[in-house]
Amino acid sequence: MLIMKPWVIRDYMKCSGCRLCEIACSMKHEGRVWPEASRVRVFMLVPGAEAPHLCTQCSDYPCVSSCPVDALSVDDETGAVIVDEEKCVSCGACIQACPGEVPHLHPEGGRVVICDLCGGDPKCAKVCVEAGYGALSVGTRTSSKNFDLYAIKPEDLTRNLVVNLYGEKGEELYK
Amino acid sequence: MIHGYNGRIAEVDLATGEVSDYYPDEETLRKFVGGRGLATRILWDRLGSRWAEVDPLSPENIMTVLTGPLTGYITGARICVSGKSPLSNGIVGSTAGGEFAMELKCTGYDGLIVKGRSEAPVYILVTDGQVEVRDASRLWGLEGKETVRAMNDEVRALLKERRPEYGLWKEPGILYIGPAGENLVRNTAIMQKWSHACGYGGYGAVMGSKNLKAIAAKGTGPQPAVAHPEMMQELWEATKEAGFADPQRNLWGTGASGYSTGADRSAEPVRNWQDEWHDEKSIGVINFETRNWVKRYWSDYGCTRACMKLAVVKTGPFKGAITDNPDYELEAYCGTNLGIFDTDGVIHVATVVDDLGLSGINSANTMGFAAELYQRGILTEEDFDGIKPVWGDAEAMGELARLIAERRAIGDVLAEGTYRAAKAISEMKGVDVMKYAVQFKGIEVGAHGIRTGKHFPYLGYALSVQGGDHTSIPRPPMSEARSAMGDTMVICTMGMPRAAPDLVWRYMKAVTGWDMTQEDWMNVNGRRIIQIQRAALLLGGPDVHWDPLEDDDNPERWYEPLPNGPYEGLAPDRDEVMEMRKAAYAEMGWDERGIPTSEELNKLGLQDVDAALEPLRR
Repeated sequence: MLIMKPWVIRDYMKCSGCRLCEIACSMKHEGRVWPEASRVRVFMLVPGAEAPHLCTQCSDYPCVSSCPVDALSVDDETGAVIVDEEKCVSCGACIQACPGEVPHLHPEGGRVVICDLCGGDPKCAKVCVEAGYGALSVGTRTSSKNFDLYAIKPEDLTRNLVVNLYGEKGEELYK
Repeated sequence: MIHGYNGRIAEVDLATGEVSDYYPDEETLRKFVGGRGLATRILWDRLGSRWAEVDPLSPENIMTVLTGPLTGYITGARICVSGKSPLSNGIVGSTAGGEFAMELKCTGYDGLIVKGRSEAPVYILVTDGQVEVRDASRLWGLEGKETVRAMNDEVRALLKERRPEYGLWKEPGILYIGPAGENLVRNTAIMQKWSHACGYGGYGAVMGSKNLKAIAAKGTGPQPAVAHPEMMQELWEATKEAGFADPQRNLWGTGASGYSTGADRSAEPVRNWQDEWHDEKSIGVINFETRNWVKRYWSDYGCTRACMKLAVVKTGPFKGAITDNPDYELEAYCGTNLGIFDTDGVIHVATVVDDLGLSGINSANTMGFAAELYQRGILTEEDFDGIKPVWGDAEAMGELARLIAERRAIGDVLAEGTYRAAKAISEMKGVDVMKYAVQFKGIEVGAHGIRTGKHFPYLGYALSVQGGDHTSIPRPPMSEARSAMGDTMVICTMGMPRAAPDLVWRYMKAVTGWDMTQEDWMNVNGRRIIQIQRAALLLGGPDVHWDPLEDDDNPERWYEPLPNGPYEGLAPDRDEVMEMRKAAYAEMGWDERGIPTSEELNKLGLQDVDAALEPLRR
C-alpha cells in the first residue's frame, strides 16, 4: 500500500526571493521574525538564483540514524524529522549525514533545527501560495527515491539554476 | 531598551581602523526615527558648524548607513545611506532594497557611521556584535558581479572557519561600489545584489573616497523585540491582505511605463529630454515579458509586491546581459533618453551601468547630455576617444558609460555629473551648454517630466531638498515630509505606504510602542528633517553654492514647449511657476528668499540651524 505523507513541493524557478517563508517559519516556531532560526532558508549565492533550502524527509533518514544521542525521530503521521531539544547536543553529526547539509544549528546554539512540516500544515508553503508565487506548495510524497534527490546542497542547486536562468553566462558566473 | 531598535550603531574610523559604539538616546530616536531622519541629525550634529567647508570627497565627510525601526517588520526592507552629497553638497537620504538591511539588524546593530579614509582598500564586515575592517586589495577594480561573487566566497569561508559546527552559512548582505565609485565619479551608486542602487546623492563616490569597497553583514540574531507582540499577527494579516489584494499586483512592475509614460503621458525623457513623447511599441512591456524575463516576480527580503523582474539577453551581441526588470527609471534613462527603444539594447546599457557601479538614473542622464552635445557637434568623436554616441546605438552608449567610469578623455569631465560637466564644457568650448543640462541643484532629475502639467507638478523638483530625486518632491499642502517618511522608517514606498498608509503608524505603535500620527509627522517630526536638509543644501560648498532665487527653478529645457505628441506645445509658464513658488515658500516656512525663517526653525527646536543660516540672511 502507498502511504502518502505531506511534502513541500519546490518550484525553484518561481522563487521570488521574498523570504516570506523565512518570516512565516520563524513566526511559527520562534514567535518572532528570525531568519536564521527559520527551518527553511533561502540561499542566494547568485542573485536571481534564489534557492529555498529545507528538509525533504529522505526515505532512509540518514540524519536520524547518524544521531549519537537519539535526539531525532520520525513523526508517524507526517514523516517529518522531530528534534528532541533536550537530548540534542548540537554535535552536527546529522548535518554531515544529510546529503544536502540541510539542518543547521539554532543561532543560540545547543540544538539543531530541522523542518517539522508544522505538524502537516507547513506555513512556508502557505504564505508562498497566498503570495501567488507558488515556489513552495503542499503536496504529498511517497517512498520513491526521487524525493531524496531534494536533499541537495545549495551550491549544486545554484550551479543548475544559473544555467537555467542565464545560460552560458550562468556557467561563467558560478563555476 | 527601545523596542524596534538594537539601540547600537557602530562608528568606524577608517583612518585608524578603530571601531566604537554610538547609542542614540530615546528622544533622538523619537524625533528622527532612523534612516534619512537620523542621518540628517547625525550629519548636522557633527558637520553643521562648518558645513560649507567640508569637501564631500575628503576624509572629513561622514557616511551613514542606517536602518529604521520598521525595517524588516513592514514589507519591503531597505537600507538608507547618506552623508554630505558630492553632487548637491547637501544631505540626501538614498535607499535601496535588498537583504543587507535585514542582515545588519540581525547582527545587533541598527547602522554604521563611517569616518575618515583608509590608506589601502578595505571592506567592513559586520557579524553578530562585531565589526571588522578587512583588507580589500584583491577586490579593488572588480565590477559588480565579480565583487558579489568574491565577497560571498570570502565571507562564507570565514564564517565557516569561525563556526564550523553551525552547518551551511548563507551569503552575507553586501553594499559595494564598482570601478566608477573607486574613480570618484560623482554620480555613482552604492550597489546591492547586482542591480539595486542607492543611486541619488552620489554616495558611491564617497565610499570610493574612503577607499571602502564594500560593507558586508551577516547576522544570526532575531529582529529586535517589539513593544506589542500581540498586535503583530493581526498587522501581518492586514499587510498580506493589502499587499496581495490585487490579482494583477505587479504583473508588469514599473517596467511597463517605459512605453506608457511616453505614449500615454508625454512625460518620459527622450534624447536628453528633447522630447517626452514617443509611440515606440518595441519597448513595450510585452516584449520584455516574452523575450527577456526569466523571472516574472523577483523580490527583496519581506516583499509582498514583487515589482521587480529578472531580465536577460539570450542572443545576439548583448548576450549574457542581466538586469532587474529593467524598472521604469532605467528603461527611460538607459533606453529612451539615449534613443534606444529595443529591449536587448536597454538591458545591455543598464547592465554595463550597474556593473560599473554608475547610477542608472544619474550617470545615464549625463550620458544623454553628452550625446546631445555630440548631436550638436559641440563634442566630437575626438573628445570621446573615438566613440560615436549616436542616439540608439546601445553598444556605443555602453562604451560611453565605460569612458565615464574610467575617467578617460571627456569622460573625466562627465564624471563630475551633469551640472559640473556643463559648467566645465561651457568654458572649454566657449558655448553655453547649461541649457542642455536637465538637473536640479547638481542632482540629475528622475525620469518624470512636468511639461504636460498632468504627470509631475510644475513646481516640485525645484523645491526638493534632494534635487532631482523623483521620490522626494514636495506635494500640496507643500511639504516634502511625506516622501521623507518611508526613507526614515526605511521601508519601501511601493509597498505599504502606498497600499495602506494607516498601517504604517499602526506598525510604529506595535513595534516601538510610540503613538505617532501622520499629522504629527507632517507638522513636526517630518518637517524638522526637511528644514535641516534645506539648511545644509543652502549652505552647500565648498565647490558649489545654490542661490534659491536662481536655482529653485526648472531647467531651461522644461520651459520649451513639447515638440510632438498629444500634448504638443505644452510647457509651464515661468511667471506662473514663480508665483507658485512665492506661495510655496510661505507654506514651507521659508522667507521670500527661500531661506527657512527663524520663527519656523525655533518652533521646531532648531536654534542651531537658525544660527548657521544667519550669514545667508545678511
